[in-house]
Amino acid sequence: MSDITSSAFIREDLVAERPAPVKTTGFIGLVRTRLFNSPTNILLTIAGALLLWFTIVPSVKFLVVDAVWSGNDRTSCLAETAGFAVGACWPYIQAKLPQLIYGFYPEAERWRVNLTLVLAVVLLLPLLIPRLPAKGFNAGLFFFAFPMVAFFLLHGGGLGGFGLSWTAGLLQLFDDSIIGAGQAVLSLSKSSSIGPLLWVVGNLILLVGTAIYWLIYPLTWLRDQLQGTGQSVWTDFAITAVVVTLIAFFLGGGVRAGWRALASSIAAFVAVAIIIKLMGLDHGGLPIVQTNLWGGLLVTLVVSVTGIVTSLPIGIVLALGRRSTIPLIRIFSIAFIEFWRGVPLITVLFFATYMLPLFLPGNFTVDGLVRALIGISLFTGAYQAENVRGGLAAIPRGQGEAAAALGLSWWKMTSLIVLPQALRHVIPNLVNSFISLFKDTSLVSIVALFDLLGSLRASFSDPKWSTPSTAFTGFAFAGIIYFIFCFGMSRYSLFVEHRLNAHRRN
Amino acid sequence: MSNSPIVKISGLNKWYGEFHVLRDIDLSVEKGERIVICGPSGSGKSTLIRCINALEEFQEGEIVVDGIELGPNLKHVDAVRREVGMVFQSFNLFPHLTVLENCTLAPIWVRNIPKKDAEINAMKFLERVKIPHQANKFPGQMSGGQQQRVAIARALTMNPKVMLFDEPTSALDPEMVKEVLDTMVDLAREGMTMLVVTHEMGFAREVANRVVFMDAGQIIEANTPNEFFANPQHARSKLFLSQILR
Ligand SMILES: Nc1ncnc2c1ncn2[C@@H]1O[C@H](COP(=O)(O)OP(=O)(O)OP(=O)(O)O)[C@@H](O)[C@H]1O
Ligand SMILES: [Mg+2]
Repeated sequence: MSDITSSAFIREDLVAERPAPVKTTGFIGLVRTRLFNSPTNILLTIAGALLLWFTIVPSVKFLVVDAVWSGNDRTSCLAETAGFAVGACWPYIQAKLPQLIYGFYPEAERWRVNLTLVLAVVLLLPLLIPRLPAKGFNAGLFFFAFPMVAFFLLHGGGLGGFGLSWTAGLLQLFDDSIIGAGQAVLSLSKSSSIGPLLWVVGNLILLVGTAIYWLIYPLTWLRDQLQGTGQSVWTDFAITAVVVTLIAFFLGGGVRAGWRALASSIAAFVAVAIIIKLMGLDHGGLPIVQTNLWGGLLVTLVVSVTGIVTSLPIGIVLALGRRSTIPLIRIFSIAFIEFWRGVPLITVLFFATYMLPLFLPGNFTVDGLVRALIGISLFTGAYQAENVRGGLAAIPRGQGEAAAALGLSWWKMTSLIVLPQALRHVIPNLVNSFISLFKDTSLVSIVALFDLLGSLRASFSDPKWSTPSTAFTGFAFAGIIYFIFCFGMSRYSLFVEHRLNAHRRN
Repeated sequence: MSNSPIVKISGLNKWYGEFHVLRDIDLSVEKGERIVICGPSGSGKSTLIRCINALEEFQEGEIVVDGIELGPNLKHVDAVRREVGMVFQSFNLFPHLTVLENCTLAPIWVRNIPKKDAEINAMKFLERVKIPHQANKFPGQMSGGQQQRVAIARALTMNPKVMLFDEPTSALDPEMVKEVLDTMVDLAREGMTMLVVTHEMGFAREVANRVVFMDAGQIIEANTPNEFFANPQHARSKLFLSQILR
């Protein structure tokens, strides 16, 4: 009993607030608690300070303090004229800036590049800001309308036909190569020991080729008729629009549910028609600028944006294919991924540039830039496939089962439940690949495409600007440009990650 | 009960490789009937009810759900799944979607219902499971019991004719079991056809029309709960009940 009474306690005086004996807030607090609070930390602080001293100070000295800011040629950047050891030679960058941005793109046409860049920014920025509305429409413009407009802006040229002519052309090309193969086998049969067999095979191939020729004859005939008329583009366009819209209507569910598909198809074709009309594609379009004249930042951006935008879908398809239960699809995906991951990008670029033309049918040429683009997209796509696969593996089986139990088809389950979760898991990896792709675009300079780095190196040989610091200045400038883009992507991805993973915070 | 059974399983056999999990299962469920399936672990209870909505394939036999036939080749899978709702032991809510989005996803994408109507409908079901005010939370921000009730609401938004429950309370803390069971009792009162795999014998006594006891992939005994609990006939049922009702 007495124990209990002795442990009872009632406070009589309240304890007043008083400051901490050791300062834990403010600058002094920071220094004391974070920088000099233990022997190891003291060492690390000193080492860090030294590191900053030895990197930041010389950089600032080179880029700002010792830099030359104005001048007309190399003389202003020489130590003799400046009177001190010259750092960065900025007038050189200023003089070469057009070349670094546009390459050899004709001066009179450079407004087209500027317009494309402005369009890209105007369409991309609202897409990146989550608060703005109409994301679907905006994405449609950026991913479908913009590439088309950008192509005809940057490259120029017009349309000779539309869907019908293209289909006819492709089919004809296909048929021509079959007939070509048949004739090749036939000519072999004359000299070979298994001649009769080859003769039979060759004639069979020729027979198939001829059959296809007659099968597609209505199409090619119609195209030739169209080419004869003055209005070939618009007639062809109308035919394509009607056919595609009808297909969309019936695939979309016909009279019962196809009206949405019908409306979006019509809207898409109206948009295309407006673009054709506005850009005058039906009568020649803008003057053509061959891609071998493109250069500088323009090429870097074209290559990296195309690579980024196409590699993710490729990666997703391959990753899904790799998990498919259908053996053929799975084996193809695995082989594809392992092949592209197994060869260095340089090899891919060389192959695409110098060897691919040897494999393509004779009269079929692909532009050099496009070849590099395809190579880079497939290469990065293979890497993205492995990133996406990591995300897919992290999704519990129950998610798919729950979706299936609700009656969702495989496509809907994948696109609404599995992929959104899988991609969120791997945003850092995906962006990592994007950043490395952005920097890897500099490799295209080895296949005679002058990207930012390539144009820069080309400009070094100009005797007008050859000074001891020219190369350093140029590389510093290129480094800053690359850093701005990569750092921007990195920061934006952190933002997206934070936002999309709201559900994982409590 | 005059018309044909809503679920009719006949001669169902299933193997995992060499392992014969389900053996000659025959079971028919009338409209509005509540069936509790119990049995020792590994006896094939989950496998059986997962066959009903084709989450598992089977090698022999036939399942007919509301006149739609589901044979070993799993034709009509989509049609059957639209009629059958399922609640899992581990909830399986979609973590990246809010509660409301979880409940509107299938109506919008499977039944093509306009978003507005789907939301109104979903709110009705969320009210029924007593969590309408949490509609904009993410599943990860809710307790297990609440998540399971959302899962029930999500299945109900598709207006299923049959509801399957696979141990819906086994992953829950004891104090949350009751809230989920209460929801299920309400559902039973409203006349929903239910097949429930559970070890909650209280629930079986209260709502089941029939208790089906399974062991080693076969139905050992099926009877009304009163009869089954009071005097089980088969030796295995007796053993099982003596262990579970200690
Ligand atoms: N994918 C599978 N592959 C091989 N065997 C499996 C597979 N899934 C389940 N099994 C086996 O099938 C048997 C029945 O499993 P099931 O999950 O239906 O049992 P259950 O009665 O639901 O048990 P529990 O009460 O533990 O959930 C078990 O022996 C299990 O090991
Ligand atoms: Mg189970």
